[in-house]
Amino acid sequence: MATSTPTRDAYVPPPREPQKEPPSERRQLWRSRLWRFDDKASPYAYIAPFFLIFGAFGLYPLLYTGWIALHRVSMTGLDSMEWVGWENFDKILHDPEFWTSVSNTFLIGVISTVPQLLVALGLAHLLNYRLRASTFWRTIILTPYATSVASAALVFALVFRADGGLLNWTLGLVGFDPVNWANGHWTSKLAISIIVIWRWTGYNALIYLAAMQAVPNDLYEAASLDGASRWQQFLKVTIPSLRPTILFTIVISTIGSMQLFGEPLLLEGGAMGATGGNENQYETLSIYLYNYGWNLGHLGPAAAVAWAMLALLLLIAGVNWLIGRYVRTSDSAV
Amino acid sequence: MRITRSVAGRRRRTAIVATTGLTVTALLLTGCGGSSDSGSKGADADGNITLTVADFGQFGYKEAGLFEKYHELNPKITVKEDTTAEEKNYYPKLLQQLNSGSGLADVQGIEVGRIKEIVDTKADSFADLSKVIDVNEWVSWKAKQATAPSGAVIGAGTDIGPMSLCYNRELFEKAGLPTDRTEVAKRTAGGWDDFLALGEEYKKKAPAGTYFMDSASAMFNAVVSSSPEQYYDASGKPVYKESAGVKKGWELAAEAASKKLTQGLAQFEDQWQAALRKSTVATVVCPAWMAGQISTYAGDANKGKWDITSAPGGISANWGGSFLAVPKSGKNVDEATKLVKWLTAPEQQAAVFKAIGVFPSNQGAYELPDVKSATLPYFNNAPIGQIYADGAKSIPEAVLGPKDGVIKDSISTQINNMEQRGTKPDAAWDVAVRTIDKAIG
Repeated sequence: MATSTPTRDAYVPPPREPQKEPPSERRQLWRSRLWRFDDKASPYAYIAPFFLIFGAFGLYPLLYTGWIALHRVSMTGLDSMEWVGWENFDKILHDPEFWTSVSNTFLIGVISTVPQLLVALGLAHLLNYRLRASTFWRTIILTPYATSVASAALVFALVFRADGGLLNWTLGLVGFDPVNWANGHWTSKLAISIIVIWRWTGYNALIYLAAMQAVPNDLYEAASLDGASRWQQFLKVTIPSLRPTILFTIVISTIGSMQLFGEPLLLEGGAMGATGGNENQYETLSIYLYNYGWNLGHLGPAAAVAWAMLALLLLIAGVNWLIGRYVRTSDSAV
Repeated sequence: MRITRSVAGRRRRTAIVATTGLTVTALLLTGCGGSSDSGSKGADADGNITLTVADFGQFGYKEAGLFEKYHELNPKITVKEDTTAEEKNYYPKLLQQLNSGSGLADVQGIEVGRIKEIVDTKADSFADLSKVIDVNEWVSWKAKQATAPSGAVIGAGTDIGPMSLCYNRELFEKAGLPTDRTEVAKRTAGGWDDFLALGEEYKKKAPAGTYFMDSASAMFNAVVSSSPEQYYDASGKPVYKESAGVKKGWELAAEAASKKLTQGLAQFEDQWQAALRKSTVATVVCPAWMAGQISTYAGDANKGKWDITSAPGGISANWGGSFLAVPKSGKNVDEATKLVKWLTAPEQQAAVFKAIGVFPSNQGAYELPDVKSATLPYFNNAPIGQIYADGAKSIPEAVLGPKDGVIKDSISTQINNMEQRGTKPDAAWDVAVRTIDKAIG
């Protein structure tokens, strides 16, 4: 099986045969002690760097954010922390704007992730055929991913501008009225989704492509002997083999869309971006957090939002896991 | 399939340990080493100093060529300016830098809507300028705004924003309105209600695609600025919900929005700048510093098409104005203080006024010919010295609050919603209140 990982044999120390003429009792004892210590301790030494760095840069900030979330802290006086318990959580849960940003985040997440993964799958399938200059094409679809969020968002901001924007100009040629993209509730979400789709489709396509190339060829041969068309092969061979990969991309994209920040911030930029539009029509959770902490200067509620985001992510991950388990167990149904 | 590995020798193991050790050290070094401080730096080997000035919007020093001049007077000192377009983005960054103590420039600009909060919470972070600068030179209320309870003065007054009205003569003419500034002043002599009436008259014959005003929130700000009671009472309690000035300003803005007299643009943002470039707005409420913004964004093509007249009802009000403060943590506090003293001295304030029309807060400047008989060529040679100087001395002292800036911004956003989306005034007010309470909270 190509998918089963080779089991690595644990390191077995060379058999310690008693030497013919033991140098001395004590040295022997020492040596075996050292051996044993080496055996037991060195694995920890190898993995220590990761855990030390994770502790300092991952775990500690996480816990400290939780600590801040239980206090009243202002940007104007970081040294004075006042214990308020759950008040900050209470505050954000009763703030309609918070729920607006939750629903915005989910809506943008759905309308950016679903088309993106479908298109990526199609692209990967096309690239999987033998074609001329395949490396060139594979490189080309990865270029959007290589651009920075800022530059992509700025270019798209010019495309979606209400007056003099490229898109409205094009629509005008066809005879449509100009659309104020950033101003509308749906149009702004659509605009942001398009930026996300543009940036991430190639990346996902490459992941799919890698998985496709690992699908054994004899499966396709067998399928075509049975008279399956290209399309049927894609449905019956490629997709089932890609299932774990698809699940992986869904999880990654979900986390990504949960943390959507740069695109909405820069769509209009300035103060408008920092509040996710005039009516918070494209305010994502990250923007809400940023606005609360940095513009209004209240770090307590901002930290509470951060933990709320973590809770939401865990919830989504749980749902994903359940779906994944269901998919795995219903293999026979396919 | 099982892959059996040959048993690794001791040598390889030491190699792994060694590389791991190296990696950790490298990571720790990159994590803690190399402070990337973009802030102030001390003198170099030759005693040359580069002073950094961080500001927002338009302070006019560049336009007046003051930094070059200072370098000529003090050959060892070079001044670099770092400007953020919008104050809304500038201020959070300043707070972060104050908290982290890095990245601060030698001189930082502070807007009047924030000065109270800085004085209340961050006074210790700034050098006391009262030893170097005579605060009695400023208009009295300006000095008070920057004075901490301890008596320390943390900011030197740059400009103030006495109110006027900028209007586009060309559009006025096309709509059949008077273009002479005394005539326009007469038509709005009764105050803001007259102003709206004039707007309705404009609308009747307005050139297609143009609006009487750029933004009702500007009018709101003007109305609030002219009232003695604004967002806070004297005891420091927020009273914006009951304040007479806020009420009046809000009602006028709602009326302007419902009658579609405004283009409903958020001031200073891209679309607002574009509207000036394309001349789609006929009036802009004009605190002194706004003239500089208009001439910048409307561009040379519109030179001479604009004009300035006294504000509706001849109100004396102050909207905006800034301070220059010197963070204590800088490496060149003394030199920076000297620079601030020089920049805010009468002659230099007059030069800036001449360049972009921001009005001096230093009373010594009012007697200088550059101010007294100043005209702005861009604005059809409007006698701004005369227009502003009368108002500047009679401006009532306003009570400032720590969150003035945020309150103003939140209400402005909601006024824009009324203009652009036809949000009902009550609903817009509710959202504004919610946002403000969150900010004050």
